[in-house]
Amino acid sequence: MSLAVALDDAEVIVCCGSGGVGKTTTAAAIGIDAARAGRRVVVVTIDPARRLADALGLVDGLGPEPQRIGEGIGAPGELWAMMLDTAATFDGLVRRHAADEGQAQRIVSNPFYRNMAGALSGTQEYMAAETLHALHGDERFDLVVVDTPPSRHALDFLQAPGVLARFLDHRLFKLMMLPARRGMRVVNAASQPLLRAIGKVVGSDVLADAVAFFQAFAGMESGFRQRAEDVIALLRDDVTRFVVVASPHHDTIVEAVWFTERLREQDIAPAAGVVNRLHPRFGDGDAADALVSAKSAEADGRADVAALWRNVAELREVAAAEREALEPLAAALGGAPIVEVPLLPGDVHDLESLDTVAGHLYEAPA
Amino acid sequence: MPVLSAARVTVVAGKGGVGKTTVTAVLARAAADAGLRVLVVELDGKESLGALVDGIDLEPISAPDALERYLREHGFGRIAKRLSASGVIDVVGTAAPGIDDIVVLGRIKQLERSDRWDAIVVDGPAAGHAVTFLTSASGLHDAVRGGPVRAQADDVLELLHDAGRCQVVLVTVPETTPVNEVIETAYALEDRVGVALGPVVVNAVDMGEAVPDPDDVSVEAEDDAELLASAARFRRARRDVQRDELERLGRELALDQLHLPLLPVAGVGADDVRTLAAAMRAAS
Repeated sequence: MSLAVALDDAEVIVCCGSGGVGKTTTAAAIGIDAARAGRRVVVVTIDPARRLADALGLVDGLGPEPQRIGEGIGAPGELWAMMLDTAATFDGLVRRHAADEGQAQRIVSNPFYRNMAGALSGTQEYMAAETLHALHGDERFDLVVVDTPPSRHALDFLQAPGVLARFLDHRLFKLMMLPARRGMRVVNAASQPLLRAIGKVVGSDVLADAVAFFQAFAGMESGFRQRAEDVIALLRDDVTRFVVVASPHHDTIVEAVWFTERLREQDIAPAAGVVNRLHPRFGDGDAADALVSAKSAEADGRADVAALWRNVAELREVAAAEREALEPLAAALGGAPIVEVPLLPGDVHDLESLDTVAGHLYEAPA
Repeated sequence: MPVLSAARVTVVAGKGGVGKTTVTAVLARAAADAGLRVLVVELDGKESLGALVDGIDLEPISAPDALERYLREHGFGRIAKRLSASGVIDVVGTAAPGIDDIVVLGRIKQLERSDRWDAIVVDGPAAGHAVTFLTSASGLHDAVRGGPVRAQADDVLELLHDAGRCQVVLVTVPETTPVNEVIETAYALEDRVGVALGPVVVNAVDMGEAVPDPDDVSVEAEDDAELLASAARFRRARRDVQRDELERLGRELALDQLHLPLLPVAGVGADDVRTLAAAMRAAS
């Protein structure tokens, strides 16, 4: 089965894997190919390192609104791209679920809340899932492709309700919200021994902000939870496909296998694996064969030919080591196809080289 | 061992996939081979590092553990366990962003002050987090007006600003995007942290023998000729990119470069680390 078949009728494609393995490039290449096939695609990047913008040759970077790109690629479909804006997405959610403008304002102006988008692990993943859900419902697009952040938290968004709900359900926060429910004042919350201890460590102003946030948030938990459940339902739906991306090194393969296992724990079968930057194979023999040829060229007095054979031997040695490193991923993916994208002589940093990658991604498997 | 002798604490930083952990292990091994007492600090929960630095002291530091230790040592003993229980560090970290990084850096400072090691090599935080990690001290310094956290932030700032005590070694590979990123990170660290930068370690540099231009070599067998030529062109094109990127790195970043050779493996083991450490000692 090829990648084209595995992803053909997908409406959402999530690329996951550890940092530096080419998730963003893969997401962009999948987007280009789908646009070629006539689809209206939006590629969302979470990577703040501008890699997608770089890969797409966008000098000014990407904004938080979908932006039409690649009109020169001659696709019958459309290609759009955007950058995730965690803070703005969170604000939107708060405004949607707040009882009134006053509550929304109290929350979004709270310093503790303002810190959440940047500092609370899982928030970014959750907002990515939220954005994905919104784009899926956006009539301008019929395919959403997303790259996930390069961390083990990347799959937190499979538990999107979990991330925030766990946070909000934590005993400590219940403690913080209690005074509000009983109509007491913030100062009383701070008289709890645990909170008092936190206050001593981080400072009482900071603690007061946190308490005020939880009090302002009271009553919105269920709305948040419901929305999060809709998001997770989409992630688990058959229209969503997960592509596990890796590079041919032991440690990224270990991570990819780990991602695959986490997906399976969530009863999600990965649709495909993509291994980027594999050394191409040169000829049918192995490294030892090439060294034999090098020796005999040497014996014939052809030092130049021998050097060429030694080059082949070295490239074959790397290629063989890389193929061996891939084996655990193939086993973990079960029947899902693994697509190999060869290491290109140059870097992937424009539409043309992306197009080459897309060509390899959708090549019929050997 | 010039790379590590510049400062007692060396934080190794680099984006995913460039071999940050490998370089941490190589720096540590090279320093240990040179007779220094070396400690490796690991922040990512990266289990593979232990095997690479076999026989060298290793201390993993996680933010919750460091917070708990910090609280215990600052008179919050009874509450420490409850506070640092899973999840609570999230609130504390959200209430005061950077506090998790500060307690980790504070622990590193404490290890440095113990005088038990000549060199402490830190396998820095994961992709993209290095600048945030190292700016946590100045951020907290500005946000928190007093108390133990402020004192901790001040101590950490003192460490970061002392080139004799602390340096950052950036890692990259000789390709366009990683070189762009290392240049950006270097400027961000200088502007926003004011920490001393050691040499840039360029990992996986193809230093193999010269590959002749296949157009200059006549090969009788036609099949062989094609195979040899395509392999040679591939290698030469990769080396052209490498040469251009190394030159550009030198032009745009006024830091020494230390090159580690590309090895024909799909993952570096303890023996490879020894080989690379020997190469590094020979080069520096």
